[in-house]
Amino acid sequence: MELDFILSKEEKKRAGKTELIYDLVIIGGGPAGMTAAVYAARKRLKTLLISRDLGGQVLLTSEVENYMGYQYIEGRQLVNKFREQVRHFPIDQEIGEEVQKLSKEEEIFSILTRGGKKFRGKTVIIASGKKSRFLNVSGEKRLIGRGVSYCSICDGPFFEGKEVAVIGGGNSAFEAALDLVKISPKIYLIDIASAWRADPLLVEQIEKEKKVTSFPRHKVKEIKGDDRVGSITIEALDGGQIKSLFVQGVFIEIGLVPNSEFAASLVKLNQVGEIIVDCSNRTNVPGLFAAGDVSSVPEKQIIIAAGEGAKATLTAYQYLLRSR
Amino acid sequence: MALLKGDVQNEVRERFKKLTGSVRLVNFTQKIECHHCEETRRLTEEIASLSPKINSQVYNFALDKERSQQYKIDKIPAIVVEAEKDYGIRFFGIPGGYEFNSFISAIYDVSRKATDLSPESKDKISKIDKPIHIQVFVTLTCPYCPAAVQMAHKLALESEYITSDMIESAEFPHLVNRYGVMGVPKVVINEEFGFEGALPETSFVDEIVKAYKSTTEAKDEG
Repeated sequence: MELDFILSKEEKKRAGKTELIYDLVIIGGGPAGMTAAVYAARKRLKTLLISRDLGGQVLLTSEVENYMGYQYIEGRQLVNKFREQVRHFPIDQEIGEEVQKLSKEEEIFSILTRGGKKFRGKTVIIASGKKSRFLNVSGEKRLIGRGVSYCSICDGPFFEGKEVAVIGGGNSAFEAALDLVKISPKIYLIDIASAWRADPLLVEQIEKEKKVTSFPRHKVKEIKGDDRVGSITIEALDGGQIKSLFVQGVFIEIGLVPNSEFAASLVKLNQVGEIIVDCSNRTNVPGLFAAGDVSSVPEKQIIIAAGEGAKATLTAYQYLLRSR
Repeated sequence: MALLKGDVQNEVRERFKKLTGSVRLVNFTQKIECHHCEETRRLTEEIASLSPKINSQVYNFALDKERSQQYKIDKIPAIVVEAEKDYGIRFFGIPGGYEFNSFISAIYDVSRKATDLSPESKDKISKIDKPIHIQVFVTLTCPYCPAAVQMAHKLALESEYITSDMIESAEFPHLVNRYGVMGVPKVVINEEFGFEGALPETSFVDEIVKAYKSTTEAKDEG
């Protein structure tokens, strides 16, 4: 009888990880990354998907009404459907990992994760999406979870009866302010621009609220407090007058930034930090592609990201065929 | 009237088709002076009715003192998700809103007695040999929170020594005060350590290991 020695899948993964060179490494597991993965599996590419989660920003979206095939679906449900589809294919996954550094030596890309793991690939698709933008002022990072918040629907309930500031002038800032009106006695709305970017409907609603005091054309200089937020300092852009506002909560709703730092030394970014791609998702680095919100593609939508992910894999596939 | 809508019931029923082993939901409740006690009991029973693999048991927190002590329940409403053994997985306050996902996911993992944690994470926590108690504070409107709750519960399932509680902030303001919770998810480890925000798996596990090491060192010195 033949003697069998069976190495568990986990052991194989452990043993093979550093040696293996993937055909394609996909960084990011939102709609772009997951779609790219499905297309890669169908092209039989040896593929690795690295992401901090599977779902990306869709996980944070309550309802979706513009993804074809579903008149209405919750973000989480849509993600579950994407996941199911990815699960059908035998690709390697590193979920719960973040990429710290992407580099290219000779013709091979090296990926280093925050957890210290190393991977190599002949081609890479960056689909790492966007994250909340920081104000980058003193006190901000130290006081996260101690009065500084980037999610008003999550943390609003902790500020009942407390005075708060909302930073930003777009829809998310205005929606945050409207939510807070229900529980907070005083809300300061601070924005660097002179004209609100929020929808006129929201602006009208806020203008009616007596509890809201607006400071357009003001910038936040500092967030102060020892173990929790006590006040913020703001400065008028006209005249430079400085004011202190005594608040216990600061809700920062100033939009999103692309997760492109880990590749910044390798690939060309535009002014807002997005990876510049052509209409076939090529970057300025051969073999490196980008898709979805992290890329310079106009319009950030689930359906666009998914389409871009598919396109990126097909371009990567062509590249692999030609470089053989 | 049922708490869960028809389409939600159907979807959960579908998910529960993949359950392998039996799961027991143990609910602690009482009739008065508890905000979401009644809904939590009803949710427990409705969920149990969606799969033959799940059964539920309701205890009165005050009257069934022995059971409360056995399961170390010190506040209600509470749900224990267990199988033949108690893995230390708890929900304090109703697992509604986004946390409904954490509830379903805990049942799924406990039934299969397996998690999808990476081999590296399992390796790291297998070295833990002292009690680690993780409390994850959430609000039901927090889309980032289920990731933290699910991670903590998976660790509890994987390790004999780790226990994990979801704590719904609105239900327990005294705990919100005690731990100074002003943002969620907030993770408290063994009372004194912790972090804010949903961390990816690797960093979450590293925080647990760090807390474990600090606890052991402190004890060794003392």
